[in-house]
Amino acid sequence: MSQDSSHYFVPEPSPFPIIGSVALFFLGLGAAFTMNKIEPGYWMVAIGFAILFYMIFIWFRQVSLESESGKYNKTVDVSFRWGMSWFILSEVMFFAAFFGALFYMRVFSLPWLADAEHSLLWPGFEAIWPTAGPGIADTFTQMGAWGLPAINTALLLASGVTCTFAHHAIRENRREALKMWLLATIALGVLFLGLQCYEYVHAYRDLDLKLTSGAYGSTFFMLTGFHGFHVTVGVIMLTVIYFRCASGHFTAENHFGFEGVAWYWHFVDVVWLALFVFVYLL
Amino acid sequence: MAAVHGDVHGHGHGDHHPTGIMRWVMTTNHKDIGTMYLWFALSMFFVGGTLAMGIRAELYQPGIQILEPELFNQFTTLHGLIMVFGAVMPAFVGFANWQVPMMIGAPDMAFARMNNWSFWLLPVAASFLIISFFVPGGAAAGGWTFYPPLSVQGGLGVDLMIFAVHILGASSIMGAINIITTILNMRAPGMTLMKMPMFVWTWLITAYLLVLVMPVLAGTVTMLLTDRHFGTSFFNAAGGGDPVLFQHIFWFFGHPEVYIMILPAFGIVSEIIPTFARKRLFGYSSMVYATASIALLSCFVWAHHMFTVGMPVVGQLFFMYMTMLIAVPTGVKVFNWTATMWQGSMTFETPMLFSIGFIFLFVIGGFSGVICAIVPIDIQVQETYYVIAHFHYVLVSGSLFALFAGAYYWIPKWTGRMYNETLGKWHFWLSMFFFNLTFFVQHFLGLAGMPRRIPDYALQFADFNMVSSIGAFGFGLTQILFVYIMVSCVRSGEPAPEKPWEGATTLEWTHLPTPAPYHSFETPPVIK
Amino acid sequence: MSSKLVASLAGIFGLALYSSMAIGSKYNLPEPQNFIAQDVYDQHIVLMWICLVIFIGVFGVMFYSVLKHRKSQGYKAANFHHSTSVEIVWTVIPVIILVLMAWPATKTVIAMKDTSEPDMTIKVTGYQWMWGYDYLQGDGEGISFYSKLSTPVAQIENKEPKGENYLLEVDNNLVVPVGKKVRLIITANDVIHAWWVPALAVKQDAIPGFIRDSWFEVDNPGIYRGQCAELCGKDHGYMPIVVEALEAEQYAEWVAEQQEKLAAEETSEKQKLGLVDGSIVTNEKS
Ligand code: HEA
Ligand code: HEA
Ligand code: CUA
Ligand SMILES: [Cu+2]
Repeated sequence: MSQDSSHYFVPEPSPFPIIGSVALFFLGLGAAFTMNKIEPGYWMVAIGFAILFYMIFIWFRQVSLESESGKYNKTVDVSFRWGMSWFILSEVMFFAAFFGALFYMRVFSLPWLADAEHSLLWPGFEAIWPTAGPGIADTFTQMGAWGLPAINTALLLASGVTCTFAHHAIRENRREALKMWLLATIALGVLFLGLQCYEYVHAYRDLDLKLTSGAYGSTFFMLTGFHGFHVTVGVIMLTVIYFRCASGHFTAENHFGFEGVAWYWHFVDVVWLALFVFVYLL
Repeated sequence: MAAVHGDVHGHGHGDHHPTGIMRWVMTTNHKDIGTMYLWFALSMFFVGGTLAMGIRAELYQPGIQILEPELFNQFTTLHGLIMVFGAVMPAFVGFANWQVPMMIGAPDMAFARMNNWSFWLLPVAASFLIISFFVPGGAAAGGWTFYPPLSVQGGLGVDLMIFAVHILGASSIMGAINIITTILNMRAPGMTLMKMPMFVWTWLITAYLLVLVMPVLAGTVTMLLTDRHFGTSFFNAAGGGDPVLFQHIFWFFGHPEVYIMILPAFGIVSEIIPTFARKRLFGYSSMVYATASIALLSCFVWAHHMFTVGMPVVGQLFFMYMTMLIAVPTGVKVFNWTATMWQGSMTFETPMLFSIGFIFLFVIGGFSGVICAIVPIDIQVQETYYVIAHFHYVLVSGSLFALFAGAYYWIPKWTGRMYNETLGKWHFWLSMFFFNLTFFVQHFLGLAGMPRRIPDYALQFADFNMVSSIGAFGFGLTQILFVYIMVSCVRSGEPAPEKPWEGATTLEWTHLPTPAPYHSFETPPVIK
Repeated sequence: MSSKLVASLAGIFGLALYSSMAIGSKYNLPEPQNFIAQDVYDQHIVLMWICLVIFIGVFGVMFYSVLKHRKSQGYKAANFHHSTSVEIVWTVIPVIILVLMAWPATKTVIAMKDTSEPDMTIKVTGYQWMWGYDYLQGDGEGISFYSKLSTPVAQIENKEPKGENYLLEVDNNLVVPVGKKVRLIITANDVIHAWWVPALAVKQDAIPGFIRDSWFEVDNPGIYRGQCAELCGKDHGYMPIVVEALEAEQYAEWVAEQQEKLAAEETSEKQKLGLVDGSIVTNEKS
C-alpha cells in the first residue's frame, strides 16, 4: 500500500486477529471443560495459550517493525496515546469492581450479618474484620501490613522511580543508562513477584489463610492476585521493551512503545498503593 | 456472508488483498468490518428471535406444552443475552464502523487491526452461547442477569456463558477504545467537536460508557466464576459476602448498558429527522448536553432494579430521584426532535417512518420506565410483565426500530442501490402493528400480577398471553420481510442516485460518491 | 380537519383507557386491601393520567406537524434551529412534574418501610420450591408449617381440565387476622426468592443468609393470592403464596386448632417436609 508518512497508517489485511480468536476459543472452552472436570480441557487450555502467545508475539513484532520503519506519523502516535489511556481507564474500572466488593462487604454486609435481627440466622456472629464469615468455621491469621507487604510497597515505589529515570534517559538519548534503569525496574518487579509468591506460601502454610477463607480470603487473594497478574504482564512488557532498546529501537523523540509500558507500570504501582491501604492497612 | 459491494478491486489501488473468505477474515477495512458486524447482528437477532418465538409459543396457552420449565428458563436467559450482546450492541458497533470514519472525514478507524479482532471475538462468544444449549445440564438458566446463588447452581453451560461474557466484554472495550480514539484524533481539519454529526457525538459518549462499565461486568463474572469453582465467598452470606452485592455490581454495569443500547439509536434518529424534515436539527448543543447528562446520570441509578431487595429507605429514595431525573434530558431530546419536525418540509420514506415510530413508542417505554422508577409502584410491578413491556418498548421499538431506520437510510450509500420503498413501508406498518399487539397487552398482564420468567401461568392471564403470542409470531414473520428487502437491495436493487436524500448534510452524502469507495478520505476533506 | 382528527383520536384513546380501568383488575392492579396498596393504586392511576396528558401534548404537536408540514403539501421548511428560552421551559416543566410525582411516592415509601410496633411477626423462608412459615411472636406463636403448590401435575400437563385457581393454590395457607399489623421477617434457604402478594402491596426478596423485613395489614377477610417473584430455578413458576385473612374469632379458633396439633405432634415424629396437612385447606371463603 502506498502509505507515505503524511497519511494515517492503515495496516494491511492481517491474520493476527483471527489467530487470537481461535486461541480464545480453545482457552475459553478448555477452561470451562477443565472446571467441570471434562477430559480434553487441559489440552485445550494449553493449545489456547500456545496460540495466544504466538499471536501476541507476531502481532507485537509486526507493530515494532512498522514503528521502526517510520510508518507511524504524529497522528498515529497520538492515537496510541489515547488508546493506551482509555485502556488503562478500563483496567481501573476492572479493579474498581473488586475494590467495590471489598468496600461493600466491610461497610454493609458484615454489620448486617451481625446485627440483632440476624442473630436469628447467625447467632453469636460479630462483625470484626478480618472474618471468614458467620458460616465458615475457619481460623486464620490476618496478613500483617508491616512485613512483606511494606517491603513490596517500597519495591514497587522504587521501581516507579527507576522507570522514570529510564524515561529521562531515553529522552536524553543516554542509551546505556536507559538499559540499566530498565533492567533495574524489571529486577524490582521480579523481586516483587517473588516476594508475593512467598507471601502466598506463607499465607497457606503458616497463617491458614486461603482463598476459601470467607470474605477476607476471597478479597485478599482476588485483589492481590489480579494485581500480581498485572505486575507479571508489566514485567513481560518491560522485558520486551528492554530488548527493543537493546537492539536500538526508539529515539529520543519517538518512543511511545516505551512510554505506554511506563504508564502501565505506574498504573500498576498506584493500584498497589490502594491495595496496601485498603487490603493490608485498614 | 455474501459479498456486499460488488467490486472491491475496481478502484485501481493495486493492493494485493486476499480474496474470497480470507478477505473478510483478514480485513482491516472499516467498511468490511462494519458489514460483518451488521450481518452478524442480524443473524443473532434471528437466533434470539427464534428463542423468543419458543417463549411465546409456550406461553400461548396455560399449561406446559413444548418447553419444560428448565428449558424455558434457558430460552429466556439466552434470548436476553443474545439480543443484548449479540444483536443490538454489535449492530450499533457496525453502524459506528461504517459511519464514524465517513462522517468525520477519516480514512479508517484508528486501530484497524484491533478493529478486526473486536469483530472476530464475537463469533467465538456466540458459539459458546449456542454450544451451551447442547452440553450436559444445558445452557445457563438464571436469567440474563444471572443472579447468584442461582447461577452458582448451574453446570457447564453457566461457565460457557461466563466466558462468553468475558470475551464479549473484551470485544466491546476494544471497539469502544477504537471509536473514542478515532473520533478524538482523526476528525478532518475544521471539524470541531461541536460540528460533529449527532450520531458521532452519541457514539463518543456511548464508547465512554462502555469503557467505564464493561470492565465492571468482567469483574463481576470473574467473582461469580471463583465463587462457583474456587470456593470464594463474594456472594455467599456464610462467608461474609452478600448475594445482593452481585446485583449492585451487575447493575452498575447493567443500567448504563441499557443506555449504551439507546444513545446510538438517539444518534441515528437525530440524523434522519433533520434529513427528511429538510431542516437543521433543533437545539444541537442541548442535544449534546442532554446525551452527556443521560450518560452521567445513568451511572447513579443502578439500584432502581433492586427496589425489592430491601435497601435502607435512604437508598430507595436516592435511586428513585436520580432515576426520575433521567426523564428530563430524555425529554429534551424528544422535544428537540419535535421542534426539528415543526415547520419542516417533511417526506415520509421508510427511514423517517421508523424514526417517527421510534419516538412515538420509545416515549411510551420511557413513561413506563418512570412509572417503574416510583418505588411504591415498582414494588408491585418489579419482576412482572410490566417490566417486560417497558423494556421491549425501549429496546425493540427503541433500539431495534432505530437500527431499521438507519439501515434503510444508509444502505444506498453502502451499496449504491436503493431498497424497495413500498416493501419498506410495509415492513414499517406491519412491525408497528404487530409490535404493539405483542407488547402493549403485557402492561396489563404485569399490572394484573403475572410474574416474568415463568413457563406457565394462572388462568386469568390466558387471553392476553394468547394475543401477545399472536402478535409475536406476526412480528417475527414481518422481520423475514426485512431480510428479504435488504438482501434483494444488495443483490439487485435499483442503482441509487448520488444523493438519494435531498435533505442530507453530513459528509458521507456531500463529500463521497455513492456507493462509498472502499477507501474513503485518504486525504481528509476540509470543513469550513 | 386534521387537528380535529387528532383531538378525537386522543379522546377515543382516553375513553378507551378509562373504561378499561373500570373493567377492573384484569387491566389494572388488583383491588387494594390496605391503605398502602390503595396509595400505590391511586398513584399509579394519577401517574398514568399525567403521562397520558404529556403524551397527547407532545404527539399532538408532532402529528399536527406531520400532517401539515409536508413537502407533498408544498410546505417550505422554516429555518430556525435554536431557542434558549424554549429549551429552558421544556427543561423546567418536566422537573416540576417530577417533583409532584415524587412527593406522594416518598411518603408511601417511608410508610412501607416502617415495620415498627407490629402486632405479630412471622418468619417467611423461601425454599426451592415452597415457602416455610414460622409464627414467631404474637397470636399463634410457635405455629410452623410449609406451604406448597397444590395444583395436580395432571392439570399442568394438560391431562385434566384446569381448576379455577390453577397454579395459585397451596396446601397450607398463611392464615392471619384482619386489621393487625403483621411483620414479616423474610429469608431464604437456597437461592433468592421473593414473597409477593399484589393485593397487599408487599414484595420483598428473600435472600439466603440475610433477613429482610416487610409488613402488611389486611382490611377485609378473604383469600389473597400471589407468587414467587424472583427467578429461583426450574419451578419458579410453581411456588404460589396464599394469604387467608380471618376475623379475630375465627383466627383464634384456627390458632387453637394448630396449637392442639402441635402438642399432639410433639411426641410423634417431626412433621415431614411437604406432608399435606389436610385440616387447613380452607377454600370455603373467598
Ligand atoms: C434501551 C433500553 C432502556 C431505556 C432507554 C430505559 C429507560 C428507562 N428505564 Fe428501563 N429498563 C430496561 C431498558 C431500558 N430502560 C431494561 C432492559 C430493563 C429490565 C432489566 C431486567 O430486569 O431484565 C429496565 C428496567 C427498568 C426498571 C426496573 C424495573 C424493575 O425491574 O422493577 C426501572 C425502574 O426504575 C426502569 C426505569 C427507566 C427509566 C426511568 C428510563 C428513562 O430513561 C426513560 C426516560 C424517557 C421518558 C420519560 C420519555 C420522554 C420524556 C418526556 C416526554 C419528558 C416529560 C416526561 C415526564 C415529566 C415524565 N427501567
Ligand atoms: C434488544 C433486546 C431484545 C429484543 C430485540 C427482544 C425481542 C423480543 N422479545 Fe425479548 N427480552 C429481552 C430483550 C429483547 N427482546 C431481554 C433482555 C429479556 C429478559 C430476559 C430475562 O428475563 O432474563 C427479554 C425477555 C422476553 C420475554 C419474557 C420472557 C420471560 O420472562 O420468561 C418475552 C416474552 O414474551 C420476550 C419476547 C420478545 C419477542 C416476541 C421479541 C421479538 O421482537 C423478536 C422478533 C424477532 C424474531 C422472531 C426473529 C426473526 C424471525 C424469525 C426467526 C423467523 C421465524 C418466525 C416465526 C416462526 C414466527 N422477551
Ligand atoms: Cu421462588 Cu421464584
Ligand atoms: Cu435501569
